Amino acid sequence: MWKFTVRRIGIMIPQIALLSILIFIMAKMMPGDALSGLIDPSIDPATIEAMRDRLGLNNPWHIQYVDWIKGVIQGDFGQSFRFKMPVTELISQRLINTFWLSLATLILTYLIAIPLGITSGRYNDTWADRLITGYTYVGFAAPLFIFALIMVWIFGFHFGWFPTSGSVKPGLSPGTFEYVLSKINHLMLPALSMALIATVTTVQYLRSEIIDTKQKDFVVTARAKGASESRVYNRHILRNSLLPIAAFFGYEITGLIGGTIFIENIFGYPGMGQLFLESITLRDFSVVTTVVLIFGIASILGALISDIILSLVDPRIRIK
Amino acid sequence: MEAKKIHLPDNTKDTDRSPSGWLIIWREIVRDKLAYASLVFLTLIILFVYGVSLFLDQKEIVTVDLFSIHQPPSKEFWLGTDYGGRDVFGQLIIGTRNSLSIGILVTLMTGIIGITVGLVSGYYGGKIDNIVMRIVDFFMILPFLMIVIVFVSVSPKYTILSFSLIMTAFLWMGKARLIRSKALQETELDYVQASKTLGSSNLKIMLTQVLPNLSSIIIVSMTLNLAANIGLESGLSFLGFGFPESTPSLGTLVSYARNPQTLEFRWWIWLPASLLILVLMLSINNVGQALKRATDARQRRG
Repeated sequence: MWKFTVRRIGIMIPQIALLSILIFIMAKMMPGDALSGLIDPSIDPATIEAMRDRLGLNNPWHIQYVDWIKGVIQGDFGQSFRFKMPVTELISQRLINTFWLSLATLILTYLIAIPLGITSGRYNDTWADRLITGYTYVGFAAPLFIFALIMVWIFGFHFGWFPTSGSVKPGLSPGTFEYVLSKINHLMLPALSMALIATVTTVQYLRSEIIDTKQKDFVVTARAKGASESRVYNRHILRNSLLPIAAFFGYEITGLIGGTIFIENIFGYPGMGQLFLESITLRDFSVVTTVVLIFGIASILGALISDIILSLVDPRIRIK
Repeated sequence: MEAKKIHLPDNTKDTDRSPSGWLIIWREIVRDKLAYASLVFLTLIILFVYGVSLFLDQKEIVTVDLFSIHQPPSKEFWLGTDYGGRDVFGQLIIGTRNSLSIGILVTLMTGIIGITVGLVSGYYGGKIDNIVMRIVDFFMILPFLMIVIVFVSVSPKYTILSFSLIMTAFLWMGKARLIRSKALQETELDYVQASKTLGSSNLKIMLTQVLPNLSSIIIVSMTLNLAANIGLESGLSFLGFGFPESTPSLGTLVSYARNPQTLEFRWWIWLPASLLILVLMLSINNVGQALKRATDARQRRG
C-alpha cells in the first residue's frame, strides 16, 4: 500500500514540473510582460530597458523560469494588470465560489447517479431501466453548454424559479441565514445543470457493474443461504459496485474544471472559470497563467487521490 | 464436344461462410431502427448542407444589414435575423457545413497521429511504450479546455487551420492510448511472431497485419470522436474562442445567447442551432453505438 502511494507520488512530481514548463512557455508566448501595463509614452525607453534588466526580464529563459517558480512557491503570482492588485488576493474569493459550485455539483451528481444506477441495474430491462438508459443516451450526447442554456432559458427566464446570474443577492450581509439561502438558491440551477450531464457516466458504470455482479457465484451463494433480496443487494452487490465509484471522484475534477468554464459563463457566476475568460479577453495574462496553474495542479491531485483510493479498494492495481 | 459442366459451390448462398465486416455493420445498423434513422438523417443533412451551400454566398450572408436587425421568423427570413440583420437560416446551413467540416478534419488529424503513436508504442512495447504512455498520461489530465483557449488567444495568425491544429495537438492522446492497448494485445498473437520468423519487416507487420485487425475499433472510436469534436468546436465557438464571427458555425450562432436579451426573447437565433447540434451529436452517437455493437459479437443484435 505505502509502496504504491510513494511510487504514485513519484510520478506526480515530474507531472507538475512538466505542467509548470508548459505554462511558462504559454506565458512567454503571450504578448507583453510585467511592465507593459505600466508603460506610458513619457518614460524614456532606456529607463524601461533598465527596469527590465533589474526585474530579470532580459535573462536567459532558464533563469527566468527558476525565478518564476521561486515566486510561485512563495505564493507570489505577480500583479493583475487590470485590477492593479496581487493575483493571489484577486483569486481567493473566486476560488471559494468555484469550490462551492464544484462541491454542490459533486454532491448532486452522486445523489442522482446512485439511485438511478441501482434502479437501472437491479431492475434491468423494465420500463424504468429503459427510461434511465434513454436519459443516459441523450445526456451522453448533449454538450453541457447547450443543456445549460436550455435549462436557464426554461427555469431561469420562462418560469423565473431561479436567479439567472450572480452568486448571491446584492445587499445581504455575509453570515446571515438569508445570505446562505440566497447563495444556495444561486447555486442550485448551475450545479444541477452540470450534475445532470456529469452523472451519465456514473449511472452507466453502476448499471453495467450491478448487472455483471448479479450473476456472480457469491451472489448465488448468498441467495441460496436464504438472504433476503434487500440484504443481497445492500450487503453483497452494492458493496462491490459502489466502491470504485467513490474512487472516481478525483477524476471528476478534470471534467468539473471544463464544466465550470461553461457554467459560470452561462449563469454569470463569479468564479474562477469566469475570471479566466474575462482575463483572457482583456489580456490580463498573469491572472490567466495562475488560473491554469491552479486548475492543472487540481487535476493532477485529483488523479492522484483517485488512484490511491482505487488501489485501496482494488489490490490488483497495486501490483503493476 | 460439349464442355463438361463443372459444379462450383454457389458462394453467394453459402451459409457457412462468415459474413464480411461491412455486411455485419450494415445488418447491425438496419436491425437498430434508431441507428438506421440516424444514418438516414445524417446522410440527408450532409447532402443538403453541402449541396445548398454551393449555391449560397457566405459573404452575402454574413454581410451586416442594419435595416433588418432582430427580425422574428418571416417568409423572407425563415428563422429571422440576428443583431447584424443577417439571415439566421442561411447562417445555420453554412454553420452546419463549417462545423461538420472542422469536426471531420480534426477527427482525421487526431486519428492519424493517435494511430501512428499508438501503433508504434503498442507494437514495440518496452521502453518506448513506457515513455510515450507517461507523456500521454500527462496530457490526458491537463485541463484541456483552458489550455486550448490560451493557445487560441495567443496564436499570432489565427485561421481555421491553426484552430484545428491546436485542437488536434491536445486531442490525439485518447486515441493513442486506445490504439496502443489494442496493438499490445494484437502483437502478442501468434501470427505476428510467425510473420517475424518469416522475415517480414516491422513496418510491414504493423501496417499490413496489425493495423487491419484494429480497423473496426478505429472506425468506432473515430465515429464517436466526430460527435465529441463537433461538440468541442461548438463549445469553443460559443465561448468566443473558435471560429471568428465572419465564419459562422453552429457554436457562433449559439453564442448569441450569451446576450441575456437574445436568450430570453429571441429564441430563433440560438435555439435552432442548439437543437441541431444536439440532434447531430445524438445521431452520430447512435450510429457509433451500432458500429460498436457490430464489432463485438457478444453485443450484436443482428
